[in-house]
Amino acid sequence: MSKAKTLLLQGDEAVVEGGMAAGADFFAGYPITPASEIAEGFAEQLPANGGKFIQMEDEIAGMGCIVGASLAGAKAITATSGPGFSLKQENLGFAIMVEAPCVVVNVQRVGPSTGLPTSPSQGDIMQAKWGTHGDHPIIALSPSSVSETFDLTVTAFNLAEKYRIPVILLLDEIVGHMREKITIPPADELEIVNRKKPKPEDKDNFYPYEETEDLIPPMPDYGTGFKYHSTGLFHDKTGFPRGKTEDAKKLMDRLMGKINNNLDDIIHLEDDLNGDEDVVVLAYGSTVRSAISAVNQVREEGIKAGWVKLKTIWPFADDYVRKLAEKVDRIIVPELNMGQLIGEVERVAAGKAEVTGINRYDGTLITPADVVAEIKGAL
Amino acid sequence: MARKGKVKIARPDWCKVCGICIEVCPVEVLELGNTRIQVAHLENCIGCENCELSCPDFVLKVVEDDE
Amino acid sequence: MDVNIDKYLRQDKMPHIWCPGCGHGTVLGSFVRAFDQSGLDQEKTVVISGIGCSGRASGYLNFDTLHVTHGRALTFATGVKMANPELNVIVMTGDGDGAAIGGNHLIHSSRRNIDITVVLFNNNIYGMTGGQFSPMTPTGDTATTSPYGNIDQNFDLCELAKSSGATFVGRGASYQPRKMIKLIKEGLLHKGFAFIETLTQCPVNYGKRNMIGGARDMLKWQDEHLVPDKKYEKMDPEEREGLISTGVLYQVSKEEYTDKYQQVINNVMAGESNE
Repeated sequence: MSKAKTLLLQGDEAVVEGGMAAGADFFAGYPITPASEIAEGFAEQLPANGGKFIQMEDEIAGMGCIVGASLAGAKAITATSGPGFSLKQENLGFAIMVEAPCVVVNVQRVGPSTGLPTSPSQGDIMQAKWGTHGDHPIIALSPSSVSETFDLTVTAFNLAEKYRIPVILLLDEIVGHMREKITIPPADELEIVNRKKPKPEDKDNFYPYEETEDLIPPMPDYGTGFKYHSTGLFHDKTGFPRGKTEDAKKLMDRLMGKINNNLDDIIHLEDDLNGDEDVVVLAYGSTVRSAISAVNQVREEGIKAGWVKLKTIWPFADDYVRKLAEKVDRIIVPELNMGQLIGEVERVAAGKAEVTGINRYDGTLITPADVVAEIKGAL
Repeated sequence: MARKGKVKIARPDWCKVCGICIEVCPVEVLELGNTRIQVAHLENCIGCENCELSCPDFVLKVVEDDE
Repeated sequence: MDVNIDKYLRQDKMPHIWCPGCGHGTVLGSFVRAFDQSGLDQEKTVVISGIGCSGRASGYLNFDTLHVTHGRALTFATGVKMANPELNVIVMTGDGDGAAIGGNHLIHSSRRNIDITVVLFNNNIYGMTGGQFSPMTPTGDTATTSPYGNIDQNFDLCELAKSSGATFVGRGASYQPRKMIKLIKEGLLHKGFAFIETLTQCPVNYGKRNMIGGARDMLKWQDEHLVPDKKYEKMDPEEREGLISTGVLYQVSKEEYTDKYQQVINNVMAGESNE
């Protein structure tokens, strides 16, 4: 029986602890600020537990490598920041297409380009959704503390394995580099999900991309005799392209469906609402901390305010935000960007509540005072 | 090299009439037809397998006489 | 040749889409025969290819197969091999896929000496996209993107792989299938990074455009320009001008990457248990 352990960790280090707890046995990546600590942690911990670490020649190679490892049966992860996240996009789309479970960590720094390498940002929210070309499903999670980073890393692996999809873990540089106390639960208290595999006796009648009832076909490891084909081309249930447009629609509908049919399982959020709010601050990542602090402060002054913390960024919590917009006058969306997720909030609120943003894109934080000022200005 | 038999058009439907087999045949066994290769002089075949190994389309195979 | 082709080719995907006279089918056939002779386990083998004409090879082969993004086959292959070193991992790539967009991965996979066998189909051109010049198009040649003649120098890929750390380097040609079968078989059985360049004719987008002619003429060209490696070694530099050596060009025995990493695991785990 393992015991809980209490540690003082950076968010980046919590990714490593979370990954190891989730059963990660493969890391491939490339050094980049502010995510290098994640590679360093896995380089140390993986071989000590029989796992594999490889430093690749570039970011693209890191992404290709974890998809290959995943198909061979590994629980694989890579970590990067903005410039590297840009480079990984093509192979990320490939992973979505061949349905290879894996986790991609992006410790966001200010962009575009080389930007501000050591300063925090939430500038890759839309890139996480749309960075790779074409329509596609994606899951993206964003933690607001070191402890939550551990939890969401485990969740990222579980969702990746369950839904056969790459899961993006969006830290920002604040969460990545700050140190907090974290209690790591005993291994037997964590729920760990592993991918569904076909039975050996199914070999003769096996369709690797079959439209199963749950839309998630079982996935064999390479070398177990299934001899199946995967491609980035649109394909039918056999895994081969036929060049037929109806195959493209069918596959796209299944890829989207396996996520959209399970939104309750995938969308994680927390809130603190009394039901009589005039104004709600909806935040994610490190800005949640200022949001909570600000809401607590104004409540003492008698202002009816509440907060919502989105842990799952994509798919967006449409239903939740729609209902929220029907109940409150205003939704404030603080973001370390020029306004990215606010567009989703506006889309869903559809005029039922006023939506305003607080935006910083100079590498500095949004403070509780900034949020308090916006709450008061909005009343 | 194996000289166990003579050439046979094993997979005629796969032939793209490129003529490579004619190029590599040392004894002029094969000829181009309109849509596929033809064995014109089987009696000349020495079973060298040049055509079988060179054919990009897996059309030709050297087989034992009684096959 | 006494080999059951049907066992290794996905019959329902044939005939392949390569053009009449394209040498890729000859390379594919040589690979299949070499694999059969190698005695390796078909069910423990993964074939990975990228984009372009060569990229189509994986789909025709009855193994675990993966048709990946342009130039990146070696990165996926590295992941497969690292995750499960018991698997035989083979990469099929082309001169555009492997030497241009994927050139850096070729260098670094060679450097690691990871146990992957690469079969690079070199047809001196981007065939699938319609005949643009590649890093293997000889200087002066005509392509759709070098209508006034190619001013780029082309690589010697075998020298590149060798100097980058590959421990098996060879060159084969579609005009010499027997030799190519033997070469690929040796590459498959080599422990470490094996790089095999295969010269394959593209009559449609290279040969006809450069006055060499069709498939048969291109094979004649190979016949006139190929020299066995042993003979090539003894030739003076002036004699070598315009000639191409084929065969096993380089082979050494060095510790392989996944073996080395396993040693790291063993050492670290032993150290931990001693604490």
